[in-house]
Amino acid sequence: MTPEPRHLLSIDDLDRPGIERILDRAASFAEVAGREIKKVPALRGRTVVNLFYEASTRTSSSFELAAKRLSADVVSIRAATSSVTKGESLKDTVQTLTAYDPAAIVIRSPHAGAAQLVARWTDAAVVNAGDGKHEHPTQALLDVYTLRSRLGALDGKNVWIVGDVLHSRVARSNILAFARMGAQVTVSGPPTLIPRGIEALGCHVAPTLDRLPEADVVYVLRMQNERMNEAYVPSLREYATRYQVNAARLQPHQLLMHPGPVNRGVELSADAIDSPQALIAQQVEAGVVVRMAVLYELLAGTGTVPTVELTPEAVAAA
Amino acid sequence: MSVERLFHAPAVPAELLIRGARVLDPRSALDAPHDVLVRDGAIAEIGAPGTLPLPDGADAIEGEGLHLFPAFFDPHVHLRTPGQEHKETLATGTAAAAAGGYCGIVAMPNTAPTLDSAPLLGALRDQAAREARVPVGFMPAITRGLAGTDLTEMAELRDAGALGFTDDGRPVVAAGMLRRALQYQRLCGGILALHEEDPSLSGHGVMHEGAVSARLGMEGIPSISESTMVARDSALAAYEQGRVHFQHLSCVESVEALAAWKAAGAQVSGEASPHHLTLTDEAVLSLDSRFKMNPPLRAEADRQALIAGLRDGTIECIATDHAPHARHEKEVPFEEAPMGVTGLETAFPVLYTDLVLPGVLPLALIVERMTAGAALLDLPTPTIAVGAPADLALLDLQASWEVGARGYASKSGNSCFEGRTLRGVVRLTVAAGAVVHRAETPAEALA
Repeated sequence: MTPEPRHLLSIDDLDRPGIERILDRAASFAEVAGREIKKVPALRGRTVVNLFYEASTRTSSSFELAAKRLSADVVSIRAATSSVTKGESLKDTVQTLTAYDPAAIVIRSPHAGAAQLVARWTDAAVVNAGDGKHEHPTQALLDVYTLRSRLGALDGKNVWIVGDVLHSRVARSNILAFARMGAQVTVSGPPTLIPRGIEALGCHVAPTLDRLPEADVVYVLRMQNERMNEAYVPSLREYATRYQVNAARLQPHQLLMHPGPVNRGVELSADAIDSPQALIAQQVEAGVVVRMAVLYELLAGTGTVPTVELTPEAVAAA
Repeated sequence: MSVERLFHAPAVPAELLIRGARVLDPRSALDAPHDVLVRDGAIAEIGAPGTLPLPDGADAIEGEGLHLFPAFFDPHVHLRTPGQEHKETLATGTAAAAAGGYCGIVAMPNTAPTLDSAPLLGALRDQAAREARVPVGFMPAITRGLAGTDLTEMAELRDAGALGFTDDGRPVVAAGMLRRALQYQRLCGGILALHEEDPSLSGHGVMHEGAVSARLGMEGIPSISESTMVARDSALAAYEQGRVHFQHLSCVESVEALAAWKAAGAQVSGEASPHHLTLTDEAVLSLDSRFKMNPPLRAEADRQALIAGLRDGTIECIATDHAPHARHEKEVPFEEAPMGVTGLETAFPVLYTDLVLPGVLPLALIVERMTAGAALLDLPTPTIAVGAPADLALLDLQASWEVGARGYASKSGNSCFEGRTLRGVVRLTVAAGAVVHRAETPAEALA
């Protein structure tokens, strides 16, 4: 077993048992989520800082909710409303926040490696909530959680990741996580949006969707409008013709996933989004319990989930 | 009438007797222990070990067990003056050069303002004549403001002491612009040193394009961004019968293009940096901005091609591209950090440790390539010969040191070798006849 990680910066920080431990923990929190009072006192008296340098709905709200359900005090900082807009450097911001003695800092940044840097500058546990186009490990964990809930083990399953792999941190973390859990991963998209050398992450590359029927799971990435302006694809219309996942392309046995937010009519058709095969709502739901599990694993260690009132001392010792 | 092209602060001419050091100068076929006597800043006598008497007033230096080389010459450094003196000054940059065993360095023009006029060059010459510990030459810009649209007054700049011209940090994007500069070179001389990349291929790239950039999700700079420009500009140089030098070559394709155009008779030359010769893009997996520079660290096959090019002479010389940046400028996410690493204080030790000690390249070849930059700029090559000015580096190749453990002579510490333990300590540097760096003991050499 690998030593307890202090931070979650990359899926590479976790081996398969490490991932499974978080998923099991998330499953036990899902039980709590079904109750009327959804809180556990695991992190009472401890502070979690959410530092978001990029717009985010799902990730920031689910991290906030996850920390609150663990009874932590939560400070959420958005770049647009903080002194970041006055030119404060990341290092100065982190050192300022460290003065509040946070137990954890959750960071979302437009730049690869930002979470690693924060980990170097603080004693708090650091959770990467997305760094540039590099990684988004909690998204990968919640996706594996969602799939495991539906399929059981992923061993031998065929997972296709379709779309703009070049600009996707989700793609990178998910290739690593799906492969680590035993799945066969294929990425597919316009050759302009498949990075040279991506096979080194442990995936196959398919330039077309011709073999998509082989997939057990179709994971569709967001296709951003600005990619058209940068000449990665000639038009969204042509993109949709070749790579849109729709009812015609989706086989009845396949599961459909998307990290959100969806561009309806571009990477996914409305009929696909609304089909019973789509797990998109389940992914969002899993976000809270998986992030609770991540915070719990990093901060409270590996006990059983406390379901009874604990003293702060006992929590601190856990 | 010859124009002065290297400038340094006045210094007392050395009077030294270096006893019994192993003298290695690949050009004068010296490779054995000798006594070397320096009188009035020039090499006065070379004799068998223990045979030369110590003249009155001269310092004796015990060289037994040490190596004495011609001091190194770096055709490519950034001294950040004027305008960015918080990164480096003429004084600190030349102190770093002295500590690294150099007797001459050449400053790039991407300063603020750009070095693109004779009055500014005059001011820098004057400043160097006050502050520079080792001789400094200047390469003004090819185009005004490095904007790529108008030629600088190259002839006037040459008369004012320009060694050559470069838009380093940027390519000369338009082929027609470079062609004009090559035509003008026939009037005023001076090599054109080129930073090669095609901006339409480099895009907003921050590292080498390959498996590592795919893994990290960072935009890559493909090798062909450099090599297509090396090929294009070699063709231009051949057509205009001009002379160009390719700076900091980084990839297989560039070395191949350079070799092909040399074989075709073009007057083209190339340099490689210690970091490109010893590191690859795997280092960037650390996401540490100390491994960010342009051109970027590339793949192992590229590194091997540079080594082969250095060995067979396709690449004439080693240049550090010493590029200091302040700590706070580099302590940001990789994509945000400025390009560039320091190199003057680590160049020889890292090449000795990573290439000579494992038997990849012979010591004599490294010494030759670290001094060859001078000739490319029509300057005399540092040499150990009676009558030559004393340009000497005395090194202890047994001693090792940890990079950065005791700080740097440079004002900046953005070394990609920080924390490495390297073999080879510079004990004494003599530049233009004056002692510019001296450490009596290995411990002081590290201080």
